[in-house]
Amino acid sequence: MSSQTAVTHPFAHLGEEQLAELAREFDAIHDQVRGDLGERDRRYIKGVIRLHRQIAVAGRVLLLGSRSKVAWTAGTGCLAIAKILENMEIGHNVLHGQWDWMNDPYIHSSTWDWDTASTSAAWKHSHNFIHHTYTNIRGKDKDLGYEIMRIDPHQKWHPAYLAQPFYNLLLMAFFEWGVAVHDLDVEAIRSGEKPMKDVWHDIKGISGKARDQILKDYVGWPLVSALAQTAISRITSPEPRSRLKVLADKARGRSRTGALRAQFDAVRADGGSAFAATFWADFTANIIRNLWAHSIIFCGHFPDQTYTFGQDEVRDETRGGWYVRQLVGAANITGSPLFHLMSGNLGYQVEHHLFPDMPSSRYAEIAPRVKDICARYGLPYNTGPFSRQLGTVHRTILRLAFPGGKPRPKPGPYRGEEETRRAA
Amino acid sequence: MAEVGMRPPASPLRRRALRALRWLFTPLRPDDYLELINPLWSTRELRGRVERVEPERGGAATVLIRPGFDWVGHRPGQYVRLGVVINGVHHWRAYSLTSSPDRPDGLISVTPKKVDGGVVSPYLVERARAGEVVRLGEVEGSFVLPSKLDRGLLFVTAGSGITPVMSMLRHLDLEDGLRDVVHLHSARDADGVTFGDELADLEKRHDGFRLELRITGEDGRLTPDDLDTLCPDWREREAYCCGPGELLDALRKHWKRHGDADLLHRERFQPIVGGDDADGAGGTVRFTHKNLDAECPPGTPILVAGENAGVDMPFGCRVGVCHTCVLPIREGRIRDLRTNVVSEKHHEIVRTCIHGAEGPVTVEL
Repeated sequence: MSSQTAVTHPFAHLGEEQLAELAREFDAIHDQVRGDLGERDRRYIKGVIRLHRQIAVAGRVLLLGSRSKVAWTAGTGCLAIAKILENMEIGHNVLHGQWDWMNDPYIHSSTWDWDTASTSAAWKHSHNFIHHTYTNIRGKDKDLGYEIMRIDPHQKWHPAYLAQPFYNLLLMAFFEWGVAVHDLDVEAIRSGEKPMKDVWHDIKGISGKARDQILKDYVGWPLVSALAQTAISRITSPEPRSRLKVLADKARGRSRTGALRAQFDAVRADGGSAFAATFWADFTANIIRNLWAHSIIFCGHFPDQTYTFGQDEVRDETRGGWYVRQLVGAANITGSPLFHLMSGNLGYQVEHHLFPDMPSSRYAEIAPRVKDICARYGLPYNTGPFSRQLGTVHRTILRLAFPGGKPRPKPGPYRGEEETRRAA
Repeated sequence: MAEVGMRPPASPLRRRALRALRWLFTPLRPDDYLELINPLWSTRELRGRVERVEPERGGAATVLIRPGFDWVGHRPGQYVRLGVVINGVHHWRAYSLTSSPDRPDGLISVTPKKVDGGVVSPYLVERARAGEVVRLGEVEGSFVLPSKLDRGLLFVTAGSGITPVMSMLRHLDLEDGLRDVVHLHSARDADGVTFGDELADLEKRHDGFRLELRITGEDGRLTPDDLDTLCPDWREREAYCCGPGELLDALRKHWKRHGDADLLHRERFQPIVGGDDADGAGGTVRFTHKNLDAECPPGTPILVAGENAGVDMPFGCRVGVCHTCVLPIREGRIRDLRTNVVSEKHHEIVRTCIHGAEGPVTVEL
């Protein structure tokens, strides 16, 4: 095992004194931003929340006419965008407590629930606490491979990993369900670390959320589309049933059942196809959201550039050591402001891991200061274009399905924008 | 969780309809979408729109608010929790309602006086604008008129202690109840009497209303001994007093010794916690989960000590009303800054806004 630890420790060159100074510098960035939060930030998050809700309404309204191809495509697109915004820039960040400073009861980590299968309570434990505290510590950070994948060469190989390229595809498509089950922490259940009472509590929570999600996306809104479609058909092409005939039917005493049956058949014909169309639209939107979330999130810690740590390496870790571990354990993605909005600013994964409770909209602003610290302390600043980051992630998943594997070469200390570009 | 406004008096039909549709919007609610159109439509918390802000004398301003639903009503003399957003942060304060509950236009009002160095009162007096949305909490307070007026009334007020009494006077004015009322009001200077003109007008219109205005800058403060000259039959009257703590304490002693203490009703005009002449020794507050110590000088609430040390403390009204700021105390002695009572706590939940440390205190946060 030790022969694989060929990677030099990325901050072996920093003494205790320097680490303490570095911690002070990072703390100063945090405190300065915290002191500056105000109306502008509130406007931002309120604006994103309003945008999400408007797009969601647009999507649901378009899907009332889901039998039309154009409406189906536009509606599905809106819904997918809305779900992505809601999960990433809003839900993930609100649950981190990034907006708790506003003291707003409806945008608060203690009250927020999001449009996904995980309960917010289980998520806050597995993500905010376990993952963000023990980031990239092998055997402690349960997001390192999510307990089902071999994502680091230090993990012991097992024949089951041969299948990981395939079940990774499944995970991509059904990521929200994967995350919900992951929050249960199967490993802790198996080892008896997690009391059955808590397991049962979590299972109840997940099934409640699963029921609500399924009911809404796969029964509720398809039904609304079906009803809308029936109503539209009735108005645009009313049944050729004369008033006289109705009276005649009534006289013969078959008014009730006859009319009801006709009604039912009409609903089945018009509404049935609308129901199916909206059902598949919702399904597609969920899949798109899952693919996107999976891709962005896997680029956070699994590209080649990132370091992982053994448990003995982090014993007696100082605050400075914690900061540096967060810094080198995460990787950014370069992109436009729109890209960062749609990825919940997780393209600034490095900044997010340094300051998980800082409003995400501030990450872009502090990035230059983080880079500056990296340059001065001879530390790496992991970043790259989306295609490259995602490519290295999937290459690792393929390679490590098989035995062996070595840690990938690391980029070394950050040397400023210019030099990095020249080197690339 | 952060502090919320009261549950609005929406019709049961509307509530039922919203509840029936909720499953289509999970995990949000239909309200979340309706609020995009008008934030006052929320059926979760009562909100109101500032109709206008009228400057008053003495550094105060009357903020007139139209509630999103028909006003739930209040008894004159009660106060309301008011939530405003200032520089992105929700702040809550309790203010006496100065409006009569039977205003025909359905508006309610509060009249804060600007407190230097404060957050909410300077905002309301100087920066609040018509059209702004505010949040309204529960109406509370037992400083209210008796249900039947069978004796004369005596009001003793000082400074902004006039505010709850103003609601009473306006109510009595409309109900033809100003038949045997004496009002002793103190203000620092003659130009700065909040509601001065309205009080003078009431006196002109009602033979049964007598106002004794005392300008403390010239005549000194009112003492209980002045009562015998200003209102010789004070013992017979139902008395309502609102003002600074020392005035209230002096009056209470006086009524106890020379009158019927049951007839005296008191309200501190602003439940200010702490202050310069604070008792106690103060202490150090340890926030265990944050791994942080905060110095808590005498008279300083644990809430403020935490905030000064950079801890994100939950807070609401900051006067002990709303219980938003409650935190578990692992151990330590704390002082109730309103009553000065010191008590030992072990794994108890306390309101951090009205308790200071008395020696080392460990808080679970």
